[in-house]
Amino acid sequence: MEWHGIDTWIVIIGALAAGACALLGNFLVLRKMSMMGDAISHAVLPGLAIAFMVTGARASLSMFIGAAIVGVLTAVFTQWISRFGKVDEGASMGIVFTTLFALGLLLIVLGADHVDLDPSCVLYGAIELTPLDVVWRPTLFGCFLEVPRAAFVLVGVVLLNTVFIVAFFKELRISSFDAELATAMGIYSKLMHYLLMTLVAVTTVACFEVVGSIIVIAMLIVPAATAHLLTDRLWLMVVLSVLVAIGSAVLGHLSALIVPAWFGFADTSTSGMMAVIAGLIFSIVALFAPKYGVLPRLVRKTETVR
Amino acid sequence: MSSESDLLIQVEQTGSSSKSLPLTIRDLTVAYHRKPVIWDIDLSIPEGKLVSVVGPNGAGKSTLIKACLDLIPRASGEVSIYGQSYKKRRKRVGYVPQRESVDWDFPVSALDVVAMGTYGKLGWFRRVSKRSKALSMEALERVGLADYAHRQISQLSGGQQQRTFLARALVQDADIYFMDEPFAAVDAATERAIVELLKELQKRGKTVLVVHHDLATVPQYFDWTVLLNMRVVAAGPTDEVFTRENLRRTYGGKLTLFTQAANEVVQSR
Repeated sequence: MEWHGIDTWIVIIGALAAGACALLGNFLVLRKMSMMGDAISHAVLPGLAIAFMVTGARASLSMFIGAAIVGVLTAVFTQWISRFGKVDEGASMGIVFTTLFALGLLLIVLGADHVDLDPSCVLYGAIELTPLDVVWRPTLFGCFLEVPRAAFVLVGVVLLNTVFIVAFFKELRISSFDAELATAMGIYSKLMHYLLMTLVAVTTVACFEVVGSIIVIAMLIVPAATAHLLTDRLWLMVVLSVLVAIGSAVLGHLSALIVPAWFGFADTSTSGMMAVIAGLIFSIVALFAPKYGVLPRLVRKTETVR
Repeated sequence: MSSESDLLIQVEQTGSSSKSLPLTIRDLTVAYHRKPVIWDIDLSIPEGKLVSVVGPNGAGKSTLIKACLDLIPRASGEVSIYGQSYKKRRKRVGYVPQRESVDWDFPVSALDVVAMGTYGKLGWFRRVSKRSKALSMEALERVGLADYAHRQISQLSGGQQQRTFLARALVQDADIYFMDEPFAAVDAATERAIVELLKELQKRGKTVLVVHHDLATVPQYFDWTVLLNMRVVAAGPTDEVFTRENLRRTYGGKLTLFTQAANEVVQSR
């Protein structure tokens, strides 16, 4: 295995993307709306397509705005349909995001002659290529650095999500735990809900390009679910979820380089490997977590039987 | 001059709020999917009463509470709390939702849950102060859960979870409380603790509205009763309205077991 400067950037970018998703994922998991991340990450497609058609460029800002609007619309439509259409929230989510996703595909096909939105890139991302798009070349402590554009965008998103969670920690906690009491107290549960959905949409778009939709969905759910098994404290859960996300990025890239070689293959997709590693970490934690793991609980049970 | 007129206004305001009742409901109708759940409710609750809201399943008891707290849209009607809309009075209102309405696996301790009762008065970006934490701890002590303060809430028994909710309502420091089935599936010790707490709240001049299922204990625990079955069948002092005839009209002929038990209670008095 050979480690280049580019590998360091791949890990940093992967960790930033995974961390940005994991931060918000905690509240999706705790609100029992994990699939909302899945839904929004698909539903933003028409937002991206329309932003592209209107501005004629893949400018980041218009894409973010388009995605944020469609993200909120997804949440609003889901609630409307489940209220007026007499279907449960899961089904109404399914209706909304498939419809919007299909609409996005149609829009892309309509504008296909000049669109370079590559479907396989949307699915798997192109993390291996992101370090090549360098926007800043500073010299720090005698080191010559080449900072890629993706790193800038993702640091912004991580900061945005962190500020959101720190500033509204109390509101997020009560509206996730007991939305009715929060509303009765005059804390805007609905506002929190829609802010969260907006940020999920923005984060999704920022990470899409870099790591693809599969890993976005994985990182929204898996690190948070893992952290929930490890602690009874909300702030610690948030911190642990980010650590799991970073761990998945580092180990994911390492295994993408190393593991295929054992079987005589060339190295494989880093983002795919990151999701696999996150799943592995979850399985290990689910089995061995001191308090909520399957095995420790089994041991305790047999001890009490004796 | 200006301070004098300020004083006058203040006197007027306190004067009017002491006259207005804790809860007045006029022509309240709530519907889901255009089907009315509660219909044309008129209700006035005097200050300092322990009020039971009694009625069969689906009578709209929880809906009534949620409509009072502005949690669900009203088809028509008005609710006023101490003479004002809920929005203006929400700091004087405490709420205990049904125990099943939350996820007890949520990563918070009993103390965290109780401290949530102080969030309403905190405002944006403000953290829970040491004083509020001490208040929350005190409230846990009052419901006998001081030793469980730092436990994750799924490790509490059903009765302890219910008492945690009550402690949270205590730190809300309200004047009128709405409680949705606080007695549901609790052990005898918790039931006694809740009753004691209710009486104490009453002594301090608070008004408490409780959705209650156990008809047998209504006359013993509550001095005011609302019999509800989509409409208000009867409301007033428990002595006057908790009669066999009114119960029959509330429950119809369907719930014979309930009515039988109620008959016995009514006769034994």
